[in-house]
Amino acid sequence: MKDKLKNIDNKAFLLYMTIVLFIIMYGIGVVMFGNKGFQKPQVFLNLFISNAGLIVIATGMTMVIISGGIDISVGSFVALTCMVLAYLMEKIKINAPSAIAVVIIIGLIFGLVQGILISYLNIQPFIVTLAGMFFARGMTAIISQEMISITNETFLSWANKKITIPLFGIVNKKGAVVYPYIYPTVIVALIILVLMFILLKYTKFGRSVYAVGGNEQSALLLGLNVKKIKLQVYVLNGLLCSIGGFLFCLNTCAGFVEQAKGFEMEAIAGAVIGGTLLTGGVGNVFGSLFGVLIKGTIEAFVSFQGTLSSWWTKIIIAAILAFFIILQSILAMSKRGKK
Amino acid sequence: MIKRGLSLFVSAVMLTMFALTGCGGGTKAPEESKAVESSETASESKSEEAKSEESKDASKVIVVGYAQVGAESDWRTANTESFKSTFVPENGYELIFNDAQQKQENQIKAIRDFIQQEVDYIVLAPVVETGWDTVLQEAKDAGIPVILSDRMIKTSDDSLYTALVCGDFIKEGETAGHWLEEYLRSKSADNDKKINIVTLQGTIGASAQVGRTDGFANILAQHPNWNMLAKQTGEFTQSKGQEVMESFLKQFDDIDVVVAENDNMAFGAIDAIKAAGKTCGPNGDITVISFDAVKAAFDAMIAGDLNASIECSPLHGPRVAEIIQKLEKGETVDKIQYVDESYFDTSMDLEKIKAGRAY
Repeated sequence: MKDKLKNIDNKAFLLYMTIVLFIIMYGIGVVMFGNKGFQKPQVFLNLFISNAGLIVIATGMTMVIISGGIDISVGSFVALTCMVLAYLMEKIKINAPSAIAVVIIIGLIFGLVQGILISYLNIQPFIVTLAGMFFARGMTAIISQEMISITNETFLSWANKKITIPLFGIVNKKGAVVYPYIYPTVIVALIILVLMFILLKYTKFGRSVYAVGGNEQSALLLGLNVKKIKLQVYVLNGLLCSIGGFLFCLNTCAGFVEQAKGFEMEAIAGAVIGGTLLTGGVGNVFGSLFGVLIKGTIEAFVSFQGTLSSWWTKIIIAAILAFFIILQSILAMSKRGKK
Repeated sequence: MIKRGLSLFVSAVMLTMFALTGCGGGTKAPEESKAVESSETASESKSEEAKSEESKDASKVIVVGYAQVGAESDWRTANTESFKSTFVPENGYELIFNDAQQKQENQIKAIRDFIQQEVDYIVLAPVVETGWDTVLQEAKDAGIPVILSDRMIKTSDDSLYTALVCGDFIKEGETAGHWLEEYLRSKSADNDKKINIVTLQGTIGASAQVGRTDGFANILAQHPNWNMLAKQTGEFTQSKGQEVMESFLKQFDDIDVVVAENDNMAFGAIDAIKAAGKTCGPNGDITVISFDAVKAAFDAMIAGDLNASIECSPLHGPRVAEIIQKLEKGETVDKIQYVDESYFDTSMDLEKIKAGRAY
């Protein structure tokens, strides 16, 4: 009993750690670049605007990792999503909602196939999704090697729909009053985040996912249908990837084979920094949100600094990632020691 | 109890570590912030003066944000250097530089950050042609003019950018075609001999790739004996260029001409050709044409590996500065400004030309 309590403490500890780190980093940014406008609310909102797609993808990734798996196909799949959207709307001229419906169906099928291979044929998730990664990237190029720009009016009206928040207006250098704004993508991403949080925390399915990831054998002994749960996880992840891809596409408004390269690694990094254990069974989607925000903050740092090479972003993320992994393993060790 | 101690220790470690990274990341920050402070006070005094009359204040620092593509080639590095050496405090500028590592999403983020920093001008060398409407509209709403460098964008609203400074890529492609025309004529009297060509394309969708491919295709169309065997992207990088050339050499054993859409891919291709036991250059089996004419391309031509390189001047900094100065005075500027370009081949006095070039 006491052990269990400790375990929860550890999980919460990792999450708090991430949140505290984010706040500290943001604070440092405000102090260091306050004179350049880092303290503006819009800088904070930009973290969400620029990373809306990634937030959704990282949410799905968190669930997959909690279940004990991994999905490295998501970056390529985002590229495929954008390409399919662009191709359907620009070349075949179907309307935007139908194009999105098609993309969501593709996401479900993609997740279903990967899920069946992983759960029922017992193939390593890394290998299956590696194949998925190559397939999706290749398929994107097959559809079109040229970039397809989206000009569909409905789609662009969604992409350009600024939602202004009539608070904290700032008078800029040119004398105009600028209010903070977000795009609909941010709202969609946050709604999905909350839904996923509820799903994982308060439903039978969610608890089963934790159980399967924590210890597959005990989950089996508990009478859980492990294969079915895993399949459901990958199908749901496929759905989230197509939604994430759609949000990403709203930011770039184009289909292009080079898009979202390395996205899968950003999503995994976000989840791990957010306290998700790669061994499965532990994790929280809100942690991943903060993981993504930390990444965004580092990027803003480098950009505000103005003379640093932007590759520093990767170095700092590497340091933070290493730190969290070490922290996790220290916690895991101390847990074992207690037993 | 031990546990609590451990977590305390760990958080302490974390804080120190982070503090270190934080400092490491911002070593230049103090100077930087000083510069900005002075720029801010300068602009304040400017606005006061502006109220009295439009007296020109030479001390005003113009802040320019440059969203650069990356550092994928020597050309790009020369382009970056051109900006870094033009927009210096001595000339009254502060440059905020951002390297997007070839990713459009990074550039979009960078522009959003520039807007929040209230830079005076945004210079954008777009990674790709499309998808800029939303973020450039944000810049426009904030009243910040955007100047494009190197590459054009596709947009429904031309007012989203103020000017474009670039090379004429289609013309460059045509120049390459004309050069090959002349070269083949000088080499052999047989004008109907079949010429097998392969192309290493740039990053698909970039205007340099599109323009050079199209420009060369225009000349290709005039020559029924020119046969384009294959076109594939080498993404403007040396390693990818080499890789693609290796696969071309395996597929086809009768390649006469390689058109590499930048110098770096040509260097990769030359390595691949040599590794395959073939020769290239003016005295070799395979004619290699490239674009950009960076310094290393001159070395390759002098070494006899490369036949010709079509110039694409990366020195956009001074031209952009010129545009900014005009805009500061309230003058209108031409929307599209081409930089002057020519070509170089092994028939010229390359050592001398090379010595006189800045990149």
